[in-house]
Parts: sequence; C-alpha cells; structure tokens
Amino acid sequence: MTSGGGRTLSEHASKTLLAGHGVPMPQDRIVPTAADAVLAADAIGYPVVVKLGGEAIAHKTERGLVRLGLVDAAAVRLAADELLQAATPDDGEVHLLVARLLRGNRELIAGLTRDPQFGMTVVVGIGGIFAEALADVSIRLVPITSIDAEEMIDDLEMQALLAPFRGEPAVDRDALRQILVGLSDAAEADPSIVSVDINPLIVVDGVPVAVDALVEVQA
Amino acid sequence: MSGDPGMSGGSGTSGASTTSWRPSTQHFLALFEPKGVVVAGASTHPGKFGFVALHNILVAGYAGNVFPTNRDGSEILGVQALTDIDQVPDGAADLIFVCTPASTNQDLLRQAAAKGIRAAFVSSAGYGESGPDGVRAQQELVDLAGELDMLLVGPNGQGVISTPASLCAQIVAPYPPAGRIGIVSQSGNFVSSFQNYAIASGVGISRAVSAGNAAQVGVADFLEFFADDPATDVALAYVEGVVDGRRFYDRLRAVCEQIPVVLVKGGATAGGARAAASHTGSLATDDRVFDGMCRQAGAVRATTIEEAYEVAATFATQPLPTGPNVVVVSTAGGWGVVTADAIAGDSSLKLIGLPDDLRADLDGKLPPRWSRNNPIDMAGGEGKDTITDVLATAAGHPEVDSVVFLGMGIQGNTAKMEREGRFYPDHGLERIVSYHERQEVRYTAAASDLARTLGKPILTATELAVTSPGNAAVRGVVDSGRYCYPSSNRAVRALGHLVRYAEWRRRRGLPTPPR
Repeated sequence: MTSGGGRTLSEHASKTLLAGHGVPMPQDRIVPTAADAVLAADAIGYPVVVKLGGEAIAHKTERGLVRLGLVDAAAVRLAADELLQAATPDDGEVHLLVARLLRGNRELIAGLTRDPQFGMTVVVGIGGIFAEALADVSIRLVPITSIDAEEMIDDLEMQALLAPFRGEPAVDRDALRQILVGLSDAAEADPSIVSVDINPLIVVDGVPVAVDALVEVQA
Repeated sequence: MSGDPGMSGGSGTSGASTTSWRPSTQHFLALFEPKGVVVAGASTHPGKFGFVALHNILVAGYAGNVFPTNRDGSEILGVQALTDIDQVPDGAADLIFVCTPASTNQDLLRQAAAKGIRAAFVSSAGYGESGPDGVRAQQELVDLAGELDMLLVGPNGQGVISTPASLCAQIVAPYPPAGRIGIVSQSGNFVSSFQNYAIASGVGISRAVSAGNAAQVGVADFLEFFADDPATDVALAYVEGVVDGRRFYDRLRAVCEQIPVVLVKGGATAGGARAAASHTGSLATDDRVFDGMCRQAGAVRATTIEEAYEVAATFATQPLPTGPNVVVVSTAGGWGVVTADAIAGDSSLKLIGLPDDLRADLDGKLPPRWSRNNPIDMAGGEGKDTITDVLATAAGHPEVDSVVFLGMGIQGNTAKMEREGRFYPDHGLERIVSYHERQEVRYTAAASDLARTLGKPILTATELAVTSPGNAAVRGVVDSGRYCYPSSNRAVRALGHLVRYAEWRRRRGLPTPPR
C-alpha cells in the first residue's frame, strides 16, 4: 500500500505518530540490548514477540527480523542476540522491540494510500495469507466521518469473518471504526504522510489490534 | 455522413474547465428551454448532420422559432434558410446548434452573441479529439464563449433533447417520451442508448445531453443543473474519467443530497481503462477508489447501461423505501422462490418472515394451500378481487417496506392467444378475452395506486415486458407510469439500489427528497 517516493519511519516511530492522531496502538517496549529485552519480556509476561527495529528497516518479516512465540527468558535472550547480529551497516541505528504475542484467527489490514485522481484515501480490508487473492477491500476519500467508516466495514464482502468466528466474538466495529477515522484524521493533520500500512491488524478476542504499522512520509 | 462524433465521443472530462467563467441557471435554460433555435450549417442534403438536426427539431414538435442558416439561403424541409445570423430578429433565439466546420465557428459565436443567444451546442468535430491544432482551437473557442457570456456544450457532441420544450436538437435519433430522468454522457452513443430504453420501457426523460469534448462544461455542471431542475427527479450519467477527482466528488455529493444520481463508468477494468484513456484522454484510477468515492458521495453505481437506465427509471417512478424489508407477492410458486434467492443475495435487502397478524389476515383471504409465508404464493387460489386484496393487505402492513409483485400477464397472454386464434370471437371468447385484459389492467393499476398512497415501492416483474410488450398487464404497468421489470432478479437489483440510497440519506439525517 505504499506509493513510493517517500521515506519510511521505523515501526516504533510509525506507531507513535499514528497514536498521536488517535489511532489506537498497543505500546511496545523499545530496548537497546538483549538483557533489557529479557527485563521487558518479564514485565510484559510471556509469550512475547521480539523484532529488530530502525528507521531504515521496512521489511522485517522478509528478512527474518521478527521472532514470534518466545516463551521464556532464555528464548528472548537468544532471539535478541541473533537479531542484533543480523543488523547490517545499511540499517543504521537499530533497537529491539518487545511486545506481547497476540493471538487471533483473523487478520485485517488498514491504511492510507494516495490516488492520482482522488488524493488521499483510507483503506480497510481482509488481511492474512489470502488477502491478495481475496482482494476484499473498501476505500473512501479522506476525510471520512464515523458514518463513512461504518459503511466501509459494511461494504466488505466477507461479513462472515467479521461475525462471531471459531469461538471468538464478532469484530468490534466501533474499535475498527475508530482506527479508520484516526487514519483519516492523521492524513488531514499531517500532509507529509505519503502512505500508512497497518498490517496485520490482528483480531484479538474481537478487538482489532495493530501489530505492525509502517508510515511513509515525504522524503 | 461526415465524421462520427458518437464514436469519437470526445476528449471529455467530467467537469473541469480551464477558464473561470461559470454558467448560470439562465444559461442552462437557454439550452434546454430556448424560445428560438438557430441551426447553423443547415443542409439540404439529407445525408448531412446539418439536415438531420433541423429535421429532428421540426418533427419532434418544438414550438419556438427555428432559424436554419446556410451559405446559399435555400429552403430546407419547407423552412427558408437565412444566409447570415444577422437576419435573425434580435432576441428571437437563445440557442444556436452548430453544424458548421470548426474554422468558421468563432465568427459564428460572436454573431450569435450579438443576437442575444446565450447557449451554443457545437456538434462540429475537429477540436480536442483531433490533435494539437484541434486542442488549440478548442481552447480558443472556450475562451471566446466565456468572453461572450455564452454556455458552450461540446464540441464534438451529438446533441441535446428537452421534453418539456419538445426539443430534439440532435444529429441522431431517437426522441424519447417525456419523463423525469435527466441524462448527461461523455459518450453521445449512450445518450441514444438511454433514449432507446426510454422508448422501450415508456419511462421517459426530462433532459438529455451529450457533453462531447466537455470543453467548457462537463458532467458535474449538468448534474448540478439537474439537482435544481423542477423537471428532473433523478440524474443519470455515463462517465469515463474525471480530471480533478476531488472536486468532482465534492460536487457529486452535493447533488446526491438533493436528488438520486445513477452513474455508469466506462473503463472499470484495466482493458476498459486503456480504451477510455484513448477515448477521453482521462487518467485511469483504481476502480475500487471510484467505487468507494461513489458510495461515500451517495451516488448509485450501475455496472451496465441497461442496469443504469433501469435503476434511474425506478427512482423516477417509485417512492423511496423507508427500510430493507421486502415481501414478494406472487400468483404462482416458482417465481417467488427465485425472487427469494435474489433478495437473499443482496445484503441490503431483507426477505422478512410474515408477521403473525399479516399471516392471519391473509388466511382469511386465501384458500388453505397458500404458502403462509414470504414469498406470499397465492397458489392459484384467487377469485375476482383476491389479488388486489392480498396486495393491499401485504403492502399496507407497517413492517413491509417494499413489494415485488409477480405473476401478472398470464391471463392476458391466454387472452392474446384466444384473440388471435380462429375461434375468436365466438364460443364466448370475446367476453372472456375482454374480461381477462380488464383484470390485468385492474391489478397492475392497483399496484401503482398502492405504491402512491402507501409511499412504498411496488415493483411488477414479468418477462412479458420484453417477450410480449403489448400484453395487457405490461400495458397496465406502463400506462400507470411505472417500469415493468423483465425479470424479478432485475427488479430486486434495482430495489437494492433504492434501499442503499435511502439508507445513505437516513444515516446522514437527510430528509426524503421533495420530488
């Protein structure tokens, strides 16, 4: 969902920027060393996720810079050491990002992208491994109202995925709406935003939680 | 004929203008309700556009002054042509229909303005669609029209019709019946297509205009006029591309708050987008963005020309539903089942279970074998007044928002066969044929009356609308001013669009449109 031409912020900076515009974001711990990562994981509670972060790091998953399901201090220490060693000089300054491991059967995506004809748009869609094949997305022009956001969600084809699903409650539409309106507000307030990609937005007990976010700003 | 503006359509945009001059309502009235029309470049040769335009104006019954002009001042179709616009009495005309070569048009517009003419429809080709010189000539024409305070439609357009004025200023056929649909198109051919559907369905048109190259005014300008036009209840537009998408969205949304707008967009697929880019010179956009833009603006987006006309005709002839609840009323089983499937396939519509009090009411009117649920299948149990009685009872229930009405025309079809068979009029056939036909008209007229008095859509569907348009039931629907749907699937699709538009208004606290 990036349009190119800009520079990407780190995951942490992206989340901070979006949270500042009212997009609900879980707060991750940012730490410099493996020892600090263990302390953070102890505080959060296991299992956790540890990622390598930095301004120049955009494609963490593809580079294997995300370690999921770490169940104890030893696993965290090992993962953190490996991640720090995987950093290359091109990555510049790096840090470790420690977060609680979120589980949910459903993933959504949300973001901002600029259309050459209609300008900045808000996007919501079904995420996960079948996202591209399903291509189930709904788009509106910035700014959107809460009513527009509600209709965006209604317009998704896979309504069954938003209903109660495999023992999990229905997707909290108010929470999802708040994310979409927050994205629109962010685009209005900060014209330097080129694109935003919140992917995945994992549905945890019905609540969509932004697990990763990438903001591209004008270079 | 020289040239084919229908095919070339135009290097149009949907509302961008390069000058600051904007038309007023008075300018649009000069176009749609002129007191007199000058046909510049009128020809004695029946194969020329300049002949056809004059011919169509004369035969459609336009009551104002008509002034053909050409170089030799010959008589055409019994009207003496003038050799110069100077000979037109001052103030006798306010529209000029231009069929002359592009090179002469600047002088023509100056002379026309001096005579008080406020609107020009330019059918001439050789402008923006024909290369850099044409683009320059088009810009000069736009600048001149602005200086002259003149509305300029086209160039390279097929024409304009306006049924309140019985005006058919077009270089092509047909002329549609009068109605409440206002049409603007970036492709002239689709203006003709929509008019053909108007003739076939009997649901007519108020105004229709081919925007041609849309050099000065485009789709959005006409939509804004339609929104305030007392003759128009619903706008219908064919769009290929927009230049300033954001501005188009703002204007479209403002129009949708006043009247329903049905859009059909060419170039929805990658292949279509390439064709549209060469047709109108407009940039392609992700179709899902256009789709979302329409939903946000409240515009109804139809996928086909046929669907677009059908939806516009539904807005023009049915009240807006106040909710999603649909009841199907059918004289026989299979139709109702298929219609139930169609309703289930549209998430905006709800096939409600019959409320207990309604079921009890219907038990008193129908034999025990009736379906006792929705669809209401009368199962052939109807006496002389049963159909109208059941329809009124079902449609009148407060939980019912709209009705799809099926099974009309069976008796009329039998009557047709009997009337055309060799035993007619003996053996009592004359009497029974006449009775059947009267009953069909009675039922369909009753459906129309109920829709009006209850303020709920009642859509009558039968394939006889296309297979046997002379059928008494089809005539009954058409003569009562409604659209007769060729299938229940199509009726359901149109109804879904009405429900979504009504819901779009309701969520935003907008009142039901006054017209």
